[in-house]
Amino acid sequence: MLKNTKAATKITALVVDDSKINQRIHHKLLENLGIENQVVGNGKEAIDVHCSGKHFDLILMDMDMPIMNGIEATRTLRAMGIRSTIAGVSSHSSLSEDTQEFIEAGLDDYQEKPLTPDKLVAILHKVNLHV
Amino acid sequence: MEVGQMQRRWVDYTKSLFLEGILDGQFLQLQQLQDESNPDFVVEVVSLFFEDSEKLLNDLTRALEQPSVDFKRVDAHVHQFKGSSSSIGAQRVKNACIAFRNFCEEQNTDGCVRCVQQVKQEYYLVKNKLETLFAMEQQIVAAGGSIPILELSF
Repeated sequence: MLKNTKAATKITALVVDDSKINQRIHHKLLENLGIENQVVGNGKEAIDVHCSGKHFDLILMDMDMPIMNGIEATRTLRAMGIRSTIAGVSSHSSLSEDTQEFIEAGLDDYQEKPLTPDKLVAILHKVNLHV
Repeated sequence: MEVGQMQRRWVDYTKSLFLEGILDGQFLQLQQLQDESNPDFVVEVVSLFFEDSEKLLNDLTRALEQPSVDFKRVDAHVHQFKGSSSSIGAQRVKNACIAFRNFCEEQNTDGCVRCVQQVKQEYYLVKNKLETLFAMEQQIVAAGGSIPILELSF
């Protein structure tokens, strides 16, 4: 019973990024905070994994990706009724037009790359996900 | 050479990479993410960076050899390179990419060709330095020592 409660409160995350370097770093950043996470390579795969019935508390979404970018993926996920926390993580300045479009697509937060433990904790605090 | 001496050499070498601006604080962040569950984390990530960079350098060279250069495409490659170099803390590669993007915006082919050379030079420099650093680490571990924890205060 105790074990079940524990499992229910465990935070899960999805990393959406086409760069293997960032996939590896973001996976490890989350893992070090005890957050179980899965990695996919573009927006389309992020949609597919949700269509297969999976749910994540947090989605770290890159912006520029092949096949489907982060803006379209975020918009689609929101249209599907996905209410998970979606944090945009990209190397574009937070003031750029593209970033504004990304935020308006349905982000809860936006952080400029490179992602660090401090930035990740800031995302978690902002949406009241406590590790 | 005894382990203590190897470790001091490693610390001095690492510091020189920061002082010369070859690496920045992001590389320290990577070192701090490494733990017993992933003792090769930094080497793994840096190897991915090497693979990625060599592909990007090829793509860039090829894109600039076209009779009519697609600057949007060149800029997309450089943007990607800027992102990956900043992810591992290869500061001078990142700075060379920032300068490169200005020439893309101006659609200046000669400027872009010079920038590819510059990025390439900085890339091979950091690659060489990191390979030396990793070889020193292997030596330390082989001699039964551990990799020192670098202080942030310099």
